[in-house]
Amino acid sequence: MGEAIVITSGKGGVGKTTTSANIGTSLALSGKKVCLVDTDIGLRNLDVLMGLENRIIYDLVDVVEERCKLHQALIKDKRFECLFLLPAAQTKDKSSVQPEQMKKIISELKQDYDYVIIDCPAGIEQGFKNAVAGADKSIVVTNPEISSVRDADRIIGLLEQEEMEAPKLIVNRVRNHLAKSGDMLDVDEIVSILAIELIGVVVDDENVIKAANKGEPIAMSPNSKASIAYRNIARRILGESVPLSTIEEEKGFFSKIKTLLGMR
Amino acid sequence: MAMAQKLQHNVTIKGTKDGLVLLLDDLCSFEHLVEELNDKLSDDHGQLLNGPLISVIVKTGNRYLTDQQSGLIREIIGQKKNLEIKRFETNVITVAEAEEMKKEAQIMRVSKVVRSGQVLSVQGDLLLIGDVNPGGTIMATGNIFVLGSLKGIAHSGSSGNREAVIAASVMKPTQLRIADMINRAPDHYPEHGHEMECAFISDEEDQILIDRISIVHKIRPELNRL
Ligand SMILES: Nc1ncnc2c1ncn2[C@@H]1O[C@H](COP(=O)(O)OP(=O)(O)OP(=O)(O)O)[C@@H](O)[C@H]1O
Ligand SMILES: [Mg+2]
Repeated sequence: MGEAIVITSGKGGVGKTTTSANIGTSLALSGKKVCLVDTDIGLRNLDVLMGLENRIIYDLVDVVEERCKLHQALIKDKRFECLFLLPAAQTKDKSSVQPEQMKKIISELKQDYDYVIIDCPAGIEQGFKNAVAGADKSIVVTNPEISSVRDADRIIGLLEQEEMEAPKLIVNRVRNHLAKSGDMLDVDEIVSILAIELIGVVVDDENVIKAANKGEPIAMSPNSKASIAYRNIARRILGESVPLSTIEEEKGFFSKIKTLLGMR
Repeated sequence: MAMAQKLQHNVTIKGTKDGLVLLLDDLCSFEHLVEELNDKLSDDHGQLLNGPLISVIVKTGNRYLTDQQSGLIREIIGQKKNLEIKRFETNVITVAEAEEMKKEAQIMRVSKVVRSGQVLSVQGDLLLIGDVNPGGTIMATGNIFVLGSLKGIAHSGSSGNREAVIAASVMKPTQLRIADMINRAPDHYPEHGHEMECAFISDEEDQILIDRISIVHKIRPELNRL
C-alpha cells in the first residue's frame, strides 16, 4: 500500500506542476513505482512537462464518468517502466469531479503504486478540495515573495484541517543575489513565518524552463542545481536524511539551527 | 374589608439621596408582589410619585425574575411617568449566566499559528502561544496576550470593553482593534524595536496607543489578579 502526496500552493504559477513532475521522476529514478495524477482539470500541464501529451486517450474525467477503466487512462512514461501519469481532462471544468470520486481513484492507485503524486490546481476551491481529498501527505510550494508566502500560509491553514500529516515546505525559484540584497524574502524568513518543516529549496534555473519545453523533467539532467535539489527532495521523501542547505554553497537555515543547538 | 386587612409588607419603598430603592420581598408569590406594587404605586404618596424624575433601583433579593417577570415590573413602575428604573439588583443568577460570567473571566490558552484566512475568537482573555500571521485574525471579549509575533489583526474587548489591552512579544500587526476603535499599522515597521509591547485605548487622546509592556500596570491596574 503506497502513499499519496498532494503538491499544492494556493497561488498560481509557483511551480506545483514542475515540482510534481520532478519529484515523480526522481522517485522513479530511485526505482519506486510512481503514478502522477494531474487534477488541474481544464488547464492540464503535467502531460506536457513529461512529454506525454500525444499519448493521451482517456483522462481523469473519463474514469470518473466510467467511460473507461482506471488502468486504461494511465499513460506509461517514455523513460521509466515504473512511472505513470493519469492526465486531467482539458475540455471539462473542475466541478466535473467530486472529492469522494477522487478519494476512490487515489485509494485504488495506492494499491498498485509506492507513490501517488497529485498535482493540485491553484486556488482554494473545488479543484483544491478534489486534489486534497485522497492525499495522505502534502507538500506546499512557495516562491520567495510575499504574496506567494501569504497564499501558502492560507493553504497550510486549510491543510491542517484535513486528516493529514503536517505539510512540508518547498521554496522554489530562489535567487541567491536577491535574498542577499534584501529584495526578496530569504528562506529562513519564510520558514519562520510558515512554521512547517522545510523539505527542499530549489534555485531559479533557466534550465528548468528549457527542460519543460523539451518535455523532459530537469531531474533527468545529471548535475544542474535544480535537478540535484529535486532528487534530494525525493530522497527526503524516501526517509533519507539529506542535509538541507538553503543554497548549496551557503551556510543556510539548517546550519543556523545547528549553531543554535550548539552543534557543529 | 378583606383588602384593607391584608398585610402590606412585600414591597418596601425607601428614599435615598440618589433616588428610590424598591425592596421586593423574595418569599411571597409573584402575584402578591405585583398586586401590592400596583397598590403602592397607585396610592397617593404626594409629590414623591408625581414630582420630578426620580431614579429607581429595584432590589429583588433571592428571587430570580424571568425576563417576562422583570418586564411586568418595569411596566408597572413605568406607569408612573416620573420614575425611571436605573437597574435591578439581585442576589441570584441562573447557571447559564454564571457559566457566561466564568467564561468572561477565564484566560483561554491556545497554542497554534493563526494563519492567513483564519479567525480565532474566544470569550474572556486570550493567551496565544504562537504567531498570528498576516491575514490571520484573533479576537477576545477580554484582553489579548500573544507569546509570539502579532502580524495580523487583533481585536480585544470585542463586545465593547474599552479597557481591554493587546500585548505581544513582537508587535507588528496590520491592524489593532479595541472595542469599537480601529488603529491601522504604520506603512513601515522599523527593523528593530516593537518588542514586548502593549496596546490600549488612551482616554485622554481617545485613540489606541502602543507602549512598553512595563507601563501597563499603571494604565490598567485592574489587570492584576494578585
Ligand atoms: N526552479 C525553477 N526555475 C526556473 N523556472 C521555474 C522553476 N520552477 C518553475 N519554473 C517555471 O515557472 C513556470 C510555472 O511553473 P509551473 O507550471 O510548474 O507552476 P504551477 O504552480 O503548476 O502553475 P499553475 O498554478 O498554473 O498550475 C513554468 O514556466 C516553469 O518552467
Ligand atoms: Mg500546474
